[in-house]
Amino acid sequence: MNACWIILQRDVRLASRRPSDALMPVVFFVVTASLFPLGVGPEPATLRQIAPGIVWVCALLSSMLSLNTLYAGDYSDGSLEQMLTSNTHPVAVAGAKAVSHWLLSGLPLILASPVLGLLFDLPPSQIALLVASLALGTPTLSLLGSLGAALTLGLRNAALLILLIVLPLSIPVLIFGAGAVASYAVGLPSDGHFYLLGALLLLSALGAPVATAAALRISV
Amino acid sequence: MCDVLRAEQLTVRRGTEVLFQALDFELQPGQMTWLRGANGSGKTSLLRVVAGLAQADSGRLLWGGVPLSQAEDYRAKLTYLGHANGLKDDLTAMESLEFLTALHGRPYRPERLRAALGHMGVAHRRTLPVRWLSQGQRRRVALARLALQTADAPGLWVLDEPFDALDDAGVACVQGLLVQHVQRGGAVLFTSHIPVAPPGIALQTLQTLQLPGTTGAGKA
Repeated sequence: MNACWIILQRDVRLASRRPSDALMPVVFFVVTASLFPLGVGPEPATLRQIAPGIVWVCALLSSMLSLNTLYAGDYSDGSLEQMLTSNTHPVAVAGAKAVSHWLLSGLPLILASPVLGLLFDLPPSQIALLVASLALGTPTLSLLGSLGAALTLGLRNAALLILLIVLPLSIPVLIFGAGAVASYAVGLPSDGHFYLLGALLLLSALGAPVATAAALRISV
Repeated sequence: MCDVLRAEQLTVRRGTEVLFQALDFELQPGQMTWLRGANGSGKTSLLRVVAGLAQADSGRLLWGGVPLSQAEDYRAKLTYLGHANGLKDDLTAMESLEFLTALHGRPYRPERLRAALGHMGVAHRRTLPVRWLSQGQRRRVALARLALQTADAPGLWVLDEPFDALDDAGVACVQGLLVQHVQRGGAVLFTSHIPVAPPGIALQTLQTLQLPGTTGAGKA
């Protein structure tokens, strides 16, 4: 547990040394989402209707953006070898890396999403739901993403392979995340979507670190 | 005194090529083992198997009579230094060393870390990012982990080309650390392309195969 905290602390410190790299995902998120009104047209009713889907797709893509550097740096400079020869269980190492990915690329998206909600003229209740759905969904994206990053470690075209592996797995998160806000907007209950997002998070929290650790053992 | 590491009938392949087979050896406390062999003869592969980063294709490794996977204290006793130094370019030398020692469950006070860097002759560079250090200086920072352990219970050191990139003074300094470690009852397994002749120390030489596909590995 202690080693997990040490890895997390180090990753946050490394991100603070390279702020431009660390801010990339959230800048990408805001910029791509704000392009949609320009492309689709300024009709407020249309924008309000498609806003949850746009925000979720942009969140999914920007959390993919930083995945290929999640393990690659530690792999090439030998830090990963050191983590795996330490007394820490590889599953704990994989868990810590997934949490650090979420802290550095998932959490900023959640914090930025109310701004996008205002941009698309969503009512406050829907903005709150959007934030809640992202808070429940982005950890799943980080867990699945770190599995993809570990599987493609040391391969050429890793970035493309990660997309091919992780995007299909993330589709349920996208459907239930965007669906939660959309169904509330048309007056239907959104509880079911949240339960399913929670179930996906539990499932990936239990399975992904174990699979990631196995992938790391093969790759390193 | 640390436990004895015994390898029984160890065979490792790379693809279809047999790197070494039916290799038996023992790493005794108070003994230094120099692993020799031509380039590509599987020295690094053997060290990675001993460090638990890779699996042998057949045979087994016993730590104090217990298989490595079940030996609970093995990782706590192991210090592995591979070709890569395990330092992060964006952290300072001091921070890198602090991270590595904390990760391995052996946190030290800053004065100790500084003294170890001083022993390796890089104390004046401790606040510089690793990216600004030369190859030899990076190696010295990584090797400072060994200098820190002079007061701990001696364990097993597995070192891949520890003298790589070091100047004569650096080589002498590291040899001194190895001799001191062995005299305190620790065990060392290392590879090196420069001749090592420590005074008054039992030096075992282990030879990996020169020709792939032939048998004959064993003690020389």
